[in-house]
Amino acid sequence: MPTRIPRIAPSEITPPEVWFSRRTLLTGALAAGVSALTRPAEAAGASPADAAPLAYTANPRYSVTEAPNKYEEITGYNNYYEFGTDKEDPSENARSFRTRPWNVTIDGEAEVRGSFTLEDILKGQSLEERIYRFRCVEAWSLVVPWVGFPLSSLLARFKPTSRAKYVEFTTLYDPRQMPGQRLPVLNWPYVEGLRMDEAMHPLTLMVVGLYGRVLPNQDGAPLRLIVPWKYGFKSIKSIVKIRFSESQPRTAWNVATPNEYGFYANVNPAVDHPRWSQATERRIGAPFLAARRPTLPFNGYATEVASLYQGMDLRRYF
Amino acid sequence: MNVTQRYRYVYKPLVFVAGVAPLVWMVCGAFGWFGASLGADPVKKLEHECGKTALNFLLLTLAVTPVRIILGVPQLLRLRRMLGLFAFFYALVHFTVYLVLDLELNWPTLGTDIGKRPYITIGFTALLLLIPLAATSTNGMMRRLGKRWTALHRLVYAIAILGVWHFYWQVKRDVREPLIYAGILALLLLYRVVRSRVAARARAELTSSSRVGASLRASESD
Repeated sequence: MPTRIPRIAPSEITPPEVWFSRRTLLTGALAAGVSALTRPAEAAGASPADAAPLAYTANPRYSVTEAPNKYEEITGYNNYYEFGTDKEDPSENARSFRTRPWNVTIDGEAEVRGSFTLEDILKGQSLEERIYRFRCVEAWSLVVPWVGFPLSSLLARFKPTSRAKYVEFTTLYDPRQMPGQRLPVLNWPYVEGLRMDEAMHPLTLMVVGLYGRVLPNQDGAPLRLIVPWKYGFKSIKSIVKIRFSESQPRTAWNVATPNEYGFYANVNPAVDHPRWSQATERRIGAPFLAARRPTLPFNGYATEVASLYQGMDLRRYF
Repeated sequence: MNVTQRYRYVYKPLVFVAGVAPLVWMVCGAFGWFGASLGADPVKKLEHECGKTALNFLLLTLAVTPVRIILGVPQLLRLRRMLGLFAFFYALVHFTVYLVLDLELNWPTLGTDIGKRPYITIGFTALLLLIPLAATSTNGMMRRLGKRWTALHRLVYAIAILGVWHFYWQVKRDVREPLIYAGILALLLLYRVVRSRVAARARAELTSSSRVGASLRASESD
């Protein structure tokens, strides 16, 4: 059984508003040549001690009881094509990725639009830890202790209009920092989207941390989405734009291979990928010969989310 | 040492060591020996490494004929059987890892995978086709089958095409690596097509000039 990383002592914890407005601090520290303070900005290390601790409360209501994967598994085995297509590429290539300063543009069918700093985005949000299952479309899975806040509480601030039927998210486009974007593997920048009711669902999480600390770059820092009942590619990373729209967003994988990756991409053991079965999955880090397990409808979150899709043909809207 | 001795005591053992090296590396990785690691998903890593190693040996096997002709080292043929057998060995380990470690001996899934998923269907076909080639790789079998041996072993072209296709089809999006394999295979096959065309033309001219024919026959006899 994977061991949990010990809880962080309260004295070690940086309050989120202090951590996420470290820009001025950082400048001073750099001038003074203090390297310890700059280290968290490059939080791509293999050990959680490389990342700054966050203040959060555990949310057992939305947490599974399965043992979470090891930190090294969650940070060393990533699909993040902007940093390369091999699972080991992101931990290597995202090391020097700059996540400060970071701005998020709010656009489309909302009363409040414009550019917001990351500090603005996080203002007033209280962070919570949720241990979610994570199921990749490639039929492997993890259990991850994310730290974040419900997307709904962020979206409400922008007062979406009645015409806002969907939310579209865009990842940063910066080929100088993201070597994977120099190749036409996908149509860059990466775009994902949710129906409004999916976005407002209490399980849908904006994530800024992992294992109680600032999210490592290879896992989508500084700000990523987690939609636990959908295949992992829906959970877009390093978000720079949120747009409310009336029409269904043209999402990256769906544009690339429409017969293989749908807009909904709900985890569904009954609907196979054209090239492989989705009936079972292998849990990363599980012992040899005991890793394969049945995949659950909606990744085990059917009680919470199945009603969103009532009356829909899930074979057609895969 | 004469040529035979050099191949028996130096080159063949070297090729054998090179052939076993990937397996040794994978075993070290599986047990974490000497700092080797198979990463967070060792099963997939083993599966992919075995598959790619099998393809590497398959392409090396197919490279023997062009290289020995172009570089003028006909003795290289002595290494070809071992290369081919390593291709079969790694293909077999690849399948075993998939069946035992990946599917965890879930036989119904194996059945549906082979029946329903084209990339597994063609990969499995390639493995099945390799079996008769491995089984007839002995000197005794070569003698017994005579001309039919050559005909049977032409299957290797189909196997290589199926193998590379199997690789290409299972990749999600970034097809650069399988395309490199496909490119190399295309060159190796193209060489044979061109060479057999040239040979056919030479044979056609042969009927008009028996003197040229005699010298050609002499050069083809190695």
